[in-house]
Amino acid sequence: MDHFARLGLPAALDIETAALDRAYFALQRQWHPDRFVAKPPEERARASVEAAALNDAYRTLKDPLGRAVYLAGLKGVDLPGDGKTIDDPDLLMEAMEAREELHEASSGEAVDALAAGARDKMNEAMAALGNLFLANDRPAIRKTLLRLRYLDKFAEEARARRMNIERSRA
Amino acid sequence: MTLLEIHEPGETPLPHAGEGSLAVGIDLGTTNSVVAIARESVPAALHDETGKALVPSVVAYPAAGGVLVGDEARLLAAAEPKNAVSSIKRLMGRGAADVHAVAGVLPYEIEPGTGQTDMVKLRIGGKARSPVEISAEILKALRQRAEDALEKPVERAVITVPAYFDDAARTATRDAARVAGLEVLRLVNEPTAAALAYGLDKGSEGLYAVYDLGGGTFDFSLLRLEKGVFQVLATGGDTALGGDDLDRAIAERMLAERKRDGLADTVDEAAVKAALALARHMKEQLSDRDQTSGRLEIAGMPSFHALTKSEFDAMAVALVERTLDIARNVLADAGMTAADVQGVVLVGGSTRVPLVRTKVAGMIGKPPLTDIDPDEVVALGAALQAEALTGGGDTLLLDVTPLSLGLETMGGIVEKIVPRNTPIPVQLAQDFTTYQDGQSAMAIHVVQGEREMVADCRSLARFELLGIPPMTAGAARIRVTFAVDADGLLTVSAEERTTGIAQRIEVKPSYGLSHEDMADMLYDSLDNAEADMTLRLLTEARVEARRSLLALEAALARDGSLLSAEERAAIDAARAAVEAAMAGESRDEINAAAEALETLSKPFAERRMDRGIREALSGLSVGELENRVGE
Repeated sequence: MDHFARLGLPAALDIETAALDRAYFALQRQWHPDRFVAKPPEERARASVEAAALNDAYRTLKDPLGRAVYLAGLKGVDLPGDGKTIDDPDLLMEAMEAREELHEASSGEAVDALAAGARDKMNEAMAALGNLFLANDRPAIRKTLLRLRYLDKFAEEARARRMNIERSRA
Repeated sequence: MTLLEIHEPGETPLPHAGEGSLAVGIDLGTTNSVVAIARESVPAALHDETGKALVPSVVAYPAAGGVLVGDEARLLAAAEPKNAVSSIKRLMGRGAADVHAVAGVLPYEIEPGTGQTDMVKLRIGGKARSPVEISAEILKALRQRAEDALEKPVERAVITVPAYFDDAARTATRDAARVAGLEVLRLVNEPTAAALAYGLDKGSEGLYAVYDLGGGTFDFSLLRLEKGVFQVLATGGDTALGGDDLDRAIAERMLAERKRDGLADTVDEAAVKAALALARHMKEQLSDRDQTSGRLEIAGMPSFHALTKSEFDAMAVALVERTLDIARNVLADAGMTAADVQGVVLVGGSTRVPLVRTKVAGMIGKPPLTDIDPDEVVALGAALQAEALTGGGDTLLLDVTPLSLGLETMGGIVEKIVPRNTPIPVQLAQDFTTYQDGQSAMAIHVVQGEREMVADCRSLARFELLGIPPMTAGAARIRVTFAVDADGLLTVSAEERTTGIAQRIEVKPSYGLSHEDMADMLYDSLDNAEADMTLRLLTEARVEARRSLLALEAALARDGSLLSAEERAAIDAARAAVEAAMAGESRDEINAAAEALETLSKPFAERRMDRGIREALSGLSVGELENRVGE
């Protein structure tokens, strides 16, 4: 059973967070191990497996990027594992330049501006993904997801950098 | 016509009352512990004869013999410092290296030779004792208090742990409960328990933060409350940060003042304990006044010390800022900002420090919630959960892993498999491969932490997957699965996918207890324990014997044909002997009969296993399969 089916949702890029939460809570009410404390071991084990699968599905689909990567996987688009080398020269160049800028940013505001820029780019790319999925353009989906994954990582690095700047000021 | 029964208010029998044993909530704290019970969703802390709910988490082993816990132990600590221990929670699941990190804080005397590959032991009252044993004494005292107050046996509990407790510390807590004769229904994270106490009380909805600063640990958690669901979004903290650090700062200042004034002190254990006790008192005084003073006497030489609130704030500010740093990180982890938070719950005695309240209010932009006693709120929440788990309730706690779990890969780099803040229970897997041609084994090293390098993370367990058939490098598919249960405890298994060689390991934390240790401790507590411990062991032996009889019965039904008539008769006689022993009152007889049965049925089990293996995996030797590391 795929993650969408498990939560009773259509396999789509856009899902309503509230609907996801509702479905997840309702199923956890049914399967969470806390509901099975006094039950026989086999039932407890079954509940534990169901609850774990639900948590995996929920955590994957809740994050828009995680959802997009998962959906792409269902459509036969395989991404290299995290931390593998980037095979797209344009993206490689973009990443190197951005990293340099982040390294040179010395104020919290400068870091925030870079992070905001990355967020804007992510929103644009996410918006573009919808059409690529409609057209089932696998190479373009793959390229866009790799770029999104990099932008997401960049936002994370910007956050760490921001924390460091705040800390050294305090 | 059947008459409906109506009970006296407050005397409604609990759904599980028929079993004759109650389930309580326990906050096993660094400085103080509390036991509470909930009835019909109304929790109450259980008090002693003098009306006190807090039990100081101090254990003493008086020279005269016996064990003291709580206020009595604290009194004895002054007279016999070498026979008493406090803040033992800081050492739960710790090794020697960890203890050196807190050695300056508390004058622990470490038993030489312990803590390298096992949990550290302390020398107290002339005997080596593990943190599990010492914590078990506190749990026994709480259990006793509950049984006295409720006049019923108490055998089950929900016990709270800091959200940030790692796997080793959680396992140690469970072990301590076992030694104290308590079945742990669930380990619940302290902030979650606190939110439960508030949520049910107020029927609140929305995003709430729990700021928990205790004696020795700090936790910050973000929870979403919605129609009876308590969903933890993110959590973070520090297991070595708390109000004890403030006591220590004040104590150091006083000792420095004495030195400055020319008092030639030998700063021994007694001096440090006296200074710490006074420091704590002065700190507490500054919660509602602007200055305080105290008299410290060491070796008959008195000195007087004054402390203003602003001087104290200057000492505390770095600690408070550190907690706010962690809080900001947790908010960012959840993708939230302080403005999204509808309320912040304060937990732990150290949140009485006015500076903490001001700073937290400043960061969140709202006055913190303090209507429930911060010392009791965690135990009250645990009691509610104990009632929900045993009697059925409509609340649902959805918790997360506090720390990332991963594996060591080539070059000592950590590959994270379960990222922090993943909802639990969860099962996640990742495939690895061999890096050498013909590689027949793979070392699996399980670590916990956020850092990238293994050396900076906490090592939880090591095991080896053996019997990988020779293949070219990169051809094998080794799937490693991490399963975290609802208590936050981890099980790791590994499987070679092309042949199906599987190994499962309950992660034994590197500093966990061996089974011998556990057994020793069970016997130790038997020596000076109540009669119910004997009964408990007898019951356990019966349960265990019953379990093996049932398993054997099922096996005989399936594979009885593997036995000759004589063998079958011998096994049946041994089964009858176990049944007879179980009807008696001797645990030893039950165990002996069960063991005899096991020995006798071993060839049968082996034959069954052989048959199973032949069917499943033709071509592999049994030796290879049994070649497993672990227990």
